[in-house]
Amino acid sequence: MSTRSEVEVAVARERTKRKRFRLLTNRDLGVLVFMLGLPALIHVFFVWVPALLSILLSFSRWDGIGGVEAIEWIGLTNYEQVATIYPPFWPAVVHNLIWLGFFILIATPFGMFLAVQLDKEMKGSKFYQNALYVPVVLSLALVGFIWQLIYSPEQGLINNVLGRTDPENLIDWLGNPSINLWMILIAASWRHVGYIMILYLAGLKSVDPALKEAAAIDGATSRQTFFHVVFPVLKPINIVILVITIIESLRAFDIVYVTNKGTNGLELLSVAVTNNIIGEASRIGFGSALAVILLIVSLGIIIPYLWRTFRADEVAA
Amino acid sequence: MTAAPDTQGKTATPQVMDKWRRRGLQAFLAITAFVWLVPLLWAFYTSLRPFSDTAERGYVSIGGTYNFDNYTQAWTDSEMLKFFINTMWITIPAVILILFFASMAAFALSRFSFRFNLLLLMIFTAGNLLPQQVIITPLYRMFLALPLPEFLSPSGVFYDSYFGIITIHVAFQMGFATFVLSNYMKALPGDLNEAAFVDGASVWRQYWNIILPLTRPPLAALAVLMFTWIYNDFFWALVLMVTGDQRPITSALQNLNGTFFTNNNLVAAGSLLAAIPTLVVFAVLQRQFVAGLTLGSTKG
Repeated sequence: MSTRSEVEVAVARERTKRKRFRLLTNRDLGVLVFMLGLPALIHVFFVWVPALLSILLSFSRWDGIGGVEAIEWIGLTNYEQVATIYPPFWPAVVHNLIWLGFFILIATPFGMFLAVQLDKEMKGSKFYQNALYVPVVLSLALVGFIWQLIYSPEQGLINNVLGRTDPENLIDWLGNPSINLWMILIAASWRHVGYIMILYLAGLKSVDPALKEAAAIDGATSRQTFFHVVFPVLKPINIVILVITIIESLRAFDIVYVTNKGTNGLELLSVAVTNNIIGEASRIGFGSALAVILLIVSLGIIIPYLWRTFRADEVAA
Repeated sequence: MTAAPDTQGKTATPQVMDKWRRRGLQAFLAITAFVWLVPLLWAFYTSLRPFSDTAERGYVSIGGTYNFDNYTQAWTDSEMLKFFINTMWITIPAVILILFFASMAAFALSRFSFRFNLLLLMIFTAGNLLPQQVIITPLYRMFLALPLPEFLSPSGVFYDSYFGIITIHVAFQMGFATFVLSNYMKALPGDLNEAAFVDGASVWRQYWNIILPLTRPPLAALAVLMFTWIYNDFFWALVLMVTGDQRPITSALQNLNGTFFTNNNLVAAGSLLAAIPTLVVFAVLQRQFVAGLTLGSTKG
């Protein structure tokens, strides 16, 4: 879009804005301020204020006892300790990265692939779609319990099928730190794949069929049609799916917490933060420093995404 | 809109190939769908068998008794009903408040142009995308410090009260709902407001009598989605609700597992019982659930 038309759009918008506000009485303006102000206040106070306080508290030492005046300001010490002497930190970073890698490279593409196949609307599509999507309505905590029935060493499905339920030859799928993360990733993907499939299928349905027909007339194979026509048209959805995948990987918590409280091979950043408040020792500054690391990574994804989405909206409006 | 053209004729390959490829695909999808159902089917199968049978014959076996005793035991021993009621105390008010607040904010943001419109919408949406753990440490302290009257919270503060849990759900999920609703309202014709203005309708009447009734489809979709999300919440109640007896079902499962659900048969029955409300959503309100999910990603 050229600068000239952007300016024109801006001017036009400015004009309607002025027109609208002239029509508002003082009372109406007050009502509007309330309608927007109250929700904004609740949201900012309970979400953004704590987010900012996290940053502030990360420079402090405070065990929560003795009120606010007991807070001791210690500069970057917490961050230094997180990186150097806190054992679960680096494993947590590595596990979060593995989680992200697994989702981006395997679970998400598989969900998209299934959506593309289901979009062909073959016989039974609806049934397949439903089967894939059932886990999406379940909580990840529940997913953890349901997969326990498959993984558990003596009573679980896999070991019983393999005949490895004796104490000397059983495989401890969730207890062995060299494999348990992968097992959890499979269980988490059970839900994630369906989630991505549903989102992407909705996107595919919104593509103008004429586009695909035109490509077919030009002699494109269905694979070519997807990669050269459909995929580029779905750029906004592709980005949403990428963002969801990243955010879900950072948020991962419930399923490892119900499995073993995020220890022994299942350390994650989210668990590390939580353990510093509900664990035996309440280390507020330290927990905050961990939270800030998570915050920075998240905002690194969220802000460019929103910027892109909303700016595109503005120009299109 | 759903008219998907047949793939035949799309490819240069002969018809025969196409047919085989379709069969292959069909088989692949059928197998995948089956694999996807295995965990639930397995849980259901395990839940129907008494522990004594599985202990004797092994878990992968057929025969013996099949009944719902595990369900009865899981239900009564753990007093599950109590936890379901706890969940309802949180979920229903939270969903109503989210829709109320988000629709007001979305109305103001989408039908009127403020200078800070875009910024506010970004703040709302970004807040909802944050991992919950990012805000939990200060939030936990705030919840301990913020007083509440006795009738709202027996503990006297936000911490360990339904009011507190409802508040954080409302504050957190409002972002997504506002984003979705404002996209939807933006797409409604602008003339609606203009006409109402000419008729002298107040801003509130425009919202309540004109825009809100037109917003029913996304409101229904969001209600279903929010119900599922809040029902499924594990984290907020785990950290902000210390009294085990007051926890909603999803967070309570953590304690029930091992205490009352002492073998896999009971874990299976308990898990499936806890899954029933969301499975009902899946079966009955599927359309709304999917619509809610996709409203956020495809512009409404």
